[in-house]
Amino acid sequence: MITHHLNDKLLMAYSAGSLPEAFNLVVATHISICDECRARLASFDAIGGALLDQDDSAEMGAQSLSTVMARIKTAGPVAKEKPQTRDAVLPAPLVAAIGGGLDKVQWRAVGGGVRQAILKTSDKATARLLHIPGGVAVPDHGHQGLELTLVLQGAFRDEDGRFGRGDIEIASEEVEHTPVAEPGMDCICLAATDAPLKFRSILPRLAQPFLRI
Amino acid sequence: MVQEKRPFWAVMAGLNSVSRKTTAATSDTDWGDMLRRVAQTQDSEAFAALFAHFGPRVKGYLMKSGADAASAEECAQDVMVTVWRKADQFNPARASAATWIFTIARNRRIDMLRRDKRPEPEDLPWGPEAEPDQEDAMALQQESEQLAAALQELPEAQRSMIERAYFNDLSHSEIADATGLPLGTIKSRIRLALERLRHSLN
Repeated sequence: MITHHLNDKLLMAYSAGSLPEAFNLVVATHISICDECRARLASFDAIGGALLDQDDSAEMGAQSLSTVMARIKTAGPVAKEKPQTRDAVLPAPLVAAIGGGLDKVQWRAVGGGVRQAILKTSDKATARLLHIPGGVAVPDHGHQGLELTLVLQGAFRDEDGRFGRGDIEIASEEVEHTPVAEPGMDCICLAATDAPLKFRSILPRLAQPFLRI
Repeated sequence: MVQEKRPFWAVMAGLNSVSRKTTAATSDTDWGDMLRRVAQTQDSEAFAALFAHFGPRVKGYLMKSGADAASAEECAQDVMVTVWRKADQFNPARASAATWIFTIARNRRIDMLRRDKRPEPEDLPWGPEAEPDQEDAMALQQESEQLAAALQELPEAQRSMIERAYFNDLSHSEIADATGLPLGTIKSRIRLALERLRHSLN
């Protein structure tokens, strides 16, 4: 049961198509497993539809329709969309971003038993997968920008409650939190941020440029 | 449809000599039905009507987003080609025609303006639906109209924020959380459809 959802800002920006790629990936992944937010997104898309429908002030070119009809007549059959794949943990948008399932993730140790894999996105924001052994705390950190953390397996707890599979934590600048993975199953999260995290202890701060976290 | 008795080519020729207000059917034209006609019988007249209505709107959307007139024209043509080619994927019980065309235009806009990639959520296994539920489709149509009317009546500041969010890449942090729009009805309808789908899968 998902209890932590996307907010309206993120849904509207995703619907409008203006989020950085890393955030788009988190939103698409959350919606893949959250019917509530999928339905909310439909209502934000409907705003886009209503806005589109309102303004007919532009004129199409004189030959526009005949050009389009000619293209339709000469176009080949609609290409079959590639079948989507997912695995037990990773929804389809993540499998596409990684180029495979969980076994294809290139993990790197970042200390304390925590591993991460940075995903390739535009440089406006960073997306990474985190693998946190059960019972382990992620270093205490505050934020400069926005950080989204989506749980894919296991669960973590912090000052804002418990986050299990599908739950998304939206942490803005004010938030300083200490997420701890629940004992038991390792916790796998997709995290995205539009600013480097600042760790409060000196050692991780020194390591930050190398770890890209 | 006003064009029904005229040959298709005459309709096309007339598009630019007659003002759009008279060619573009009446305000209560069922655009979803036009899409269905395109999908099922490759109906060129239905498509010409869709083109006359949505072509300028898509072009206007792209120009407001910062495209010059020539690129907007070209991309609006692309969008209309996609509308024809994917008309069979339109489901009136899940989105209005305007909403469906908006999503196609938005995706084309992201490519055109080289905005950040936008992965789509996982497809749901809706399966082949014989006929979309008529009642659902009509209710969704009504709710979409109510939303459009509510949008018109919003206070200027609120409305302008929403327009900038959709046209001008307002960042997520600049977007206000409350839209002041009745989004709950459309959400509830889609939510019900999702519940029915999940139920049928179990």
